[in-house]
Amino acid sequence: MSPKVRIKTLKIDGRDIGAREDETILQVARENGIQIPTLCHLDGLEPIGACRLCMVEVRGSSRLLPACVTRVEEGMEVTTKSPRLIRHRRMILELLFAERNHVCSVCVVNGKCELQSLAVALGMTQVRTPYRFPRFELDASHPRFVNDHNRCVLCARCVRVCDEIEGAHTWDIMGRGVNGRVITDLNEPWGESNSCTGCGKCVHVCPTGALSEKGTLREDAGKQRDFLPYLTLMREVRR
Amino acid sequence: MPIERVLAMASAQVEAESKFEHHIHVCVASGCLSSGSDRVLQALRDEVKGRGLENKVLVKGVGCLGLCAAAPLIAVFPEGTYYQAVKPEDAPEIIDSLGKAPIERLHCPTDRPFFQKQNKIVLENSGYIDPLRIEEYVARGGYQALIEVLTEMSPNAVIEQITLSGLRGRGGGGYPTGLKWTTVAKSPGTLKYIICNADEGDPGAFMDRSVLESDPHRVLEGMAIAAYAVGATRGYVYCRAEYPVAIDRLDKAIKQAKKTGLLGPNVLSTPFSFDVEVRLGAGAFVCGEETALIASIEGKQGRPRHRPPYPAESGLFGYPTLINNVETFANIAPIIRNGGAWFAEIGTRGSHGTKVFALAGKVQYTGLIEVPMGTTLHEIVYEMGGGIPDNRPCKAIQTGGPSGGCIPARFIDLPVDYESLREKGSMMGSGGMIVMDDTSDMVDVARFFMEFCVGESCGKCVPCRVGTAQMNDLLTKIIDGKATKHDIVHLEELCELLRDTSLCGLGQSAPNPVVSTLTHFRQEYLDRLVETDEEAAS
Repeated sequence: MSPKVRIKTLKIDGRDIGAREDETILQVARENGIQIPTLCHLDGLEPIGACRLCMVEVRGSSRLLPACVTRVEEGMEVTTKSPRLIRHRRMILELLFAERNHVCSVCVVNGKCELQSLAVALGMTQVRTPYRFPRFELDASHPRFVNDHNRCVLCARCVRVCDEIEGAHTWDIMGRGVNGRVITDLNEPWGESNSCTGCGKCVHVCPTGALSEKGTLREDAGKQRDFLPYLTLMREVRR
Repeated sequence: MPIERVLAMASAQVEAESKFEHHIHVCVASGCLSSGSDRVLQALRDEVKGRGLENKVLVKGVGCLGLCAAAPLIAVFPEGTYYQAVKPEDAPEIIDSLGKAPIERLHCPTDRPFFQKQNKIVLENSGYIDPLRIEEYVARGGYQALIEVLTEMSPNAVIEQITLSGLRGRGGGGYPTGLKWTTVAKSPGTLKYIICNADEGDPGAFMDRSVLESDPHRVLEGMAIAAYAVGATRGYVYCRAEYPVAIDRLDKAIKQAKKTGLLGPNVLSTPFSFDVEVRLGAGAFVCGEETALIASIEGKQGRPRHRPPYPAESGLFGYPTLINNVETFANIAPIIRNGGAWFAEIGTRGSHGTKVFALAGKVQYTGLIEVPMGTTLHEIVYEMGGGIPDNRPCKAIQTGGPSGGCIPARFIDLPVDYESLREKGSMMGSGGMIVMDDTSDMVDVARFFMEFCVGESCGKCVPCRVGTAQMNDLLTKIIDGKATKHDIVHLEELCELLRDTSLCGLGQSAPNPVVSTLTHFRQEYLDRLVETDEEAAS
């Protein structure tokens, strides 16, 4: 850490909090036990501010700001829970559930899924938005892993972990908008990918059942992510 | 000395032009080209050659003459007579009529408000110069502002004039240009970039295309002045690939400017160096958003990112970057030549200067117009546009493309400036203006723009990616007569969600066409609803 880093003081949900100037609202909130829901964010990966679940209110700003990419500022007054924020977060979850075919009862990660847990935590009791039921195929060409686009939320965690941590950049997103989907190499079957090292990091960072290990179900399908903060920390120490 | 060479080029061109008794200008911008103006140009040239009049009559292709509804257009000077819907077969008759009374059959009167009410700053050379010849641009005072800036002004003095002019970004946002330049100038670093945003994508808008096709050097000059002012050395024009004519002319203009010493290392033998490259878009509307545009130039996927950091601080390849729109750059040279105070006097208090609009839809005279800010919609639609065909009533005016809204006809006296349009739920946008008559179905209009956004949403953030698709489905449901009052509530909730939580301007403003039609034409939505089960039961 550079010795020049300054300390800022701010208020989150009425609590006085001190933070380093290079920290984001999300980091500081979590350090202080204030929960802000996130989906695309994962400690150890570059934040992209894409899922918009971590939007917070900042006094003096008419816009909502994503906590994962907004740095703290002196005197900031942040609200992480308000009727408007809760309404928006639920609606974003509804949109995600309705976008593809998220049928928990027949999903390999049922009970271990981040999308599912978010729905419980945010009190999303029903999906009012009509389901879109797109038709997606399953890519089971890899000897160890399966890619089921039906469960994908396009958080790009797999893309980032493969690029930033593994350094293989096997994953990418093809297409635009609702037609976008994750691909391996140049849209080739995963099993035929030349760049994939088979490390499985993508599977373990995937928040849903989109990427899973073959032959696992429910209890075994839990994802291990301890490696990420560890790797990040070790890299920082070496630097 | 290169400066003397440029001045000599200008006077040589003026002298060469004065030798001709008659000048025939044939519009070769995309609108007229698609109506066959290139064949008209050839026919006129052949006719002049056949009669041995090459030393008396000058026939040349020029940029946009404005009235696209009457394409192909030609203009005959010194009389200033315009001819419309000209065909190659008309060439002999046109040459016969030179110096005599105009041909009634083809005559396009220029005493109409369409021509008279315009105030051409950005389009001052459009229709007068051959866009393929730097000599003609220089002969009309081109690059004089750059010479003045490089030899007599400090970078701060340039920014001062731009700030004084009150010029605001013409790409849609209306951010004060002087302020933007100051921020980039103050950003530390020796490597800085200038980007010209020519990724014009609003349906029905073609102002930037016209400027690039008619007067490409004007944009380059504006960029070079900006580069000098903020301390940049490299520039990019990011142009959509769907504009082949504009790209070709821009490419040629850059080559000519480099050859003349107006671009490249040590511009005009001064210590200032500036190089420009053209980069083509790959058909994504979202690349008009500055961070997505930068990603695209860097060779990455054209997806926006969170701001801050703003491009002024960390832009292209992480260096301070100034991004302005084509029309903004096109205003720079005139501001330097005439002074910021001159520009500030045109227009209204908050919106200075002029704005180019692509007038389209249900009006008699469609085409490209440049009017002072504050001109009312009534003047534009009924006087300049000649009103609605068949005397039908005007219903609404759409501005700002998919980010804008529909202004109902009862606000026809609204002055066109940034604040007034925003107040009525629309926006200036890049300058598309679509006039609708009473046959237009406003729910269908809203769905048209929503469908556009569904196709153009990059898919990075959830509200825009899924929200636009859901809104489009809801609008279709309403049009199909299957929706209930609950769907309207849901639609309005989605509007709020997208506005509040989307990552970039595309998603944040995607609900605007729906919100503005729901505000001003709510009955059209309500008329299509069916009863809910509870309503039917009671």
